[in-house]
Amino acid sequence: MSETSIIELATAPFPDAVLSSHNWRGDETVVLRRECLLEVARFLKDDPALQMNFLMDLSAVDYSTFGDGPSRAFFASSGVSVSPSSQIPDENPWPGPPESRFAVVYHFYSVRHKHRLRLVVPVAEADPEVVSLTSLWSGADWLEREVWDMFGIRFQGHPNLKRILMYDEFEGHPLRKDYPVNKRQPLIGPVN
Amino acid sequence: MIDDSFITSRLNEALGWARKFSIFQYPFVTACCGMEYMATACSHYDVDRFGAGLPRFSPRQADVLFVVGTISHKMAPVLKRIHDQMAEPKWVVAFGVCTCTGGFYDNYATVMGIDTIMPVDVYIPGCPPRPEYVLDGLMKLQDKIQDEHTTGQRPARESRPATFEV
Repeated sequence: MSETSIIELATAPFPDAVLSSHNWRGDETVVLRRECLLEVARFLKDDPALQMNFLMDLSAVDYSTFGDGPSRAFFASSGVSVSPSSQIPDENPWPGPPESRFAVVYHFYSVRHKHRLRLVVPVAEADPEVVSLTSLWSGADWLEREVWDMFGIRFQGHPNLKRILMYDEFEGHPLRKDYPVNKRQPLIGPVN
Repeated sequence: MIDDSFITSRLNEALGWARKFSIFQYPFVTACCGMEYMATACSHYDVDRFGAGLPRFSPRQADVLFVVGTISHKMAPVLKRIHDQMAEPKWVVAFGVCTCTGGFYDNYATVMGIDTIMPVDVYIPGCPPRPEYVLDGLMKLQDKIQDEHTTGQRPARESRPATFEV
């Protein structure tokens, strides 16, 4: 099965749901409209040719400060030369960040067919909510709680949407880019 | 008759000698420093040479609280409670740079050194500290325990002021 055919297989029944798709560096990715997530996900899981029975990862990205000025390469100080990713030739380049502030990212894997697919669902800041996938993959439970905890994105239909990493007294969502980097909320002891 | 003061003083030193070579430690292990703690405890470095070979997994039975690894703000009340449950006399060892100062973590989640929530007797920095550091810290702790019995005063423990400038 070729790489592009997975995108075609997954998107062919849903022409209205797909905003864009690409396979930058060989990672097949489909950008979906938020409203169509559940039916596409159900199709990915149930279709005999896809059988995405393993939800490998579920995370989110905050793009609100993305692209503000050049970012230094992590290993630049060690003398390892790193060229900007734009200079690395790629036939199917990354189209860039979405228009909205957040994106929820799903990584699926088929144990049967040994292929992968990534779903990206852009989420607006004004209404940070997507539908929960716990009805299809029960492993989504804790992953969605983590995204709620860190980014404040709600998951409609989640059975137990509460914080998983931080404590209940914690205010805010620390991986949002507007969370102050030096803000501390200790339970005991000084604010250090 | 032997002079009272002579006997009392020597007895205290003997008690200090006995106490410093029978350390029952409570290992509060949360992170990667635990691997180095295990290396120290095992036969190659053999912490039992210093009488600290028997960890107790109940704070009621322990003398020394070994805080080994990063402490998050969520974990801090638990650690404080463990410390409160230990009977006097008790000592605290900050094992690894995360427990000393927070280490390279400077974020919303991490306690910037356990001396912000409890007094600390010995700091063992390192990321993680080599077993030799740990044994050195343990011997320093033994010196403190002996000093308390020799002088009758507990050596000063360090703790941070309530607020400080970063």
